[in-house]
Amino acid sequence: MTIFTIKNLTHSFGGLRAVADFGLEMQAGELVGLIGPNGAGKTTVFNLVSGIYKPSSGRIFFENFDITGLAPHAISRLGIARTFQNIRLFHDMSAIDNVKAACRGHVEYGFFSSMFHPPSFWDEENRLHDYCRKLLGIMGIENRANDPASSLPYGLQRRLEIARALATAPKLLLLDEPAAGMNPQETRELIDIIRWVRKEFELTILIIEHNMQVIMNISERILVMDFGEIIAHGLPQQIQASPRVIEAYLGKEAAHAA
Amino acid sequence: MKFQKSAIIAISVLVVLQVLAGLLSDVRSCQYYSRIFFLIEINIILTASLSLINGHTGQFSIGHAGFMAIGAYTSVIITTILPKMLYGQCASVNTIAGHLCFIGSMIAAGCMAGIFGLIIGFPSLRLRGDYLAIVTLAAGEVIRALLRFWGFAGGPRGVPGIPKFSNAIYLGCALAGSLWLMRNYLYSHHGRACVAVRDNEIAAAGIGINVTLQKVSAFVLGAFFAGIAGALFAHMSQYINPDNFGILKSLDLLIFLYVGGSTTFAGSIVGAGAFTLVPELMRLANLENWRMVIYPLILIIAMRFKQEGIMGTREFGFLVPGKYKTMRNRGGRGGAEEQAISPDEIAALRSR
Repeated sequence: MTIFTIKNLTHSFGGLRAVADFGLEMQAGELVGLIGPNGAGKTTVFNLVSGIYKPSSGRIFFENFDITGLAPHAISRLGIARTFQNIRLFHDMSAIDNVKAACRGHVEYGFFSSMFHPPSFWDEENRLHDYCRKLLGIMGIENRANDPASSLPYGLQRRLEIARALATAPKLLLLDEPAAGMNPQETRELIDIIRWVRKEFELTILIIEHNMQVIMNISERILVMDFGEIIAHGLPQQIQASPRVIEAYLGKEAAHAA
Repeated sequence: MKFQKSAIIAISVLVVLQVLAGLLSDVRSCQYYSRIFFLIEINIILTASLSLINGHTGQFSIGHAGFMAIGAYTSVIITTILPKMLYGQCASVNTIAGHLCFIGSMIAAGCMAGIFGLIIGFPSLRLRGDYLAIVTLAAGEVIRALLRFWGFAGGPRGVPGIPKFSNAIYLGCALAGSLWLMRNYLYSHHGRACVAVRDNEIAAAGIGINVTLQKVSAFVLGAFFAGIAGALFAHMSQYINPDNFGILKSLDLLIFLYVGGSTTFAGSIVGAGAFTLVPELMRLANLENWRMVIYPLILIIAMRFKQEGIMGTREFGFLVPGKYKTMRNRGGRGGAEEQAISPDEIAALRSR
């Protein structure tokens, strides 16, 4: 079942064309990798999908609903969550509050309860607290729940971002370089977490990564971008052998030598 | 309702101080001191309402006195101007009807200020920090200018003869009530959303928070409580004119807020308390003329050396809900089954 479609997505910043005619179709439960050299336009695609930019042209459909140009919070409430390339945590809040903040969409009490704190309010807050603790537990950081987010080491901050994204109960998860800055051990753990979360939460995942170990290991298929365009699309083995991809990453000489 | 120990102590202290101030206000020679105490309480409410907007939601609103003006004038119209026009005398302190009129006027004051907060905030809270500052500064001054023009409300001569409703009981209850309500707002998903907007707007939008709506919500609530403080002020001063609520008052509030600590109510209490006293101390030391030099100097020194304010991120224990502390300290109950999230739970969340 096709859950997510991007058609002819094009976006320019003034005279600079960042994304050109990008197209993608994803089935429910798929895990697709998006790779390419720096500046290829991968994060711009994410920003266009999550509503931070309005595309110059093209359409984006989620569950057959046109989400092109919707506001970011509306897109989030429709079931698309994302993490950021440069970590965007709420640094002054504790780790668990970061995750709780993402639960705003499914909180059951209203304004009156927020002001007067009746017992039903605390029941809901406790339920939320337990749910967020579980999410932190999945990511392995529940022992740091009350620490301010900025005090967490880099690798745990990345996991917290993923936990926060999961708290919105999304159907589509966009991961932007989740393994950046991680050592090999952390990377292995991340791969396991992504696999587990994908199965348990029945997620469709689109992942941008530079780390080939991660991408080749978990992607079912891969898209390669360069200069805003898709230059290759296929199975991991096909991508690894493609001369155009090697040329994009390593230059013409390397492609000829391969 | 179970109260935590620190809250009981705090409320007891407040009650004792209120009783003291109430008794002193009846003694002519001590009225000066009780008035300062009441002024501190009003300033605390004002500063706390501003901290909702500037501190917790990270906005830069610098015309907050305008909302105080709206509140003051709304309540005065209801208790003084209209009754004088219709009945020949203003609401009386000695009748129950008078007191009901006052309480009603306080609520109306808050609501009116909140409405103005909506009108001003809705179009301008989309703007980036510096532009919002300009708009709020202008809004405060426009409100003052309009009040000067408005003959019905006395114009530049102001409104004299306001009945003295604000006594120890009203002020103590208003202070405790306002702080309680504002604190509750902050320890709910609203408060988390506000802080999220402050810390990272883009990420906040990415997790489903309507950023502009959240900013407007904090703005309107802050305006509401500023309005109530304005009503209390008017009925304590017994005379108001538009110049009471100009840029200088807004500046005062900013100093209370930022030097005390903008992100906690402890900061508002300490800032308002300390800086309401400072002019009085300067008066005693004959330094009153240096006020406009000393105040900004203090602000500069504070921002240079202790940007987060005197209280920083520390909050008074009694201002944190007891149930929140219990919840926060609750560890995991362990066990793999406990840690798993069931598919039904996820499906239920998705359908909300």
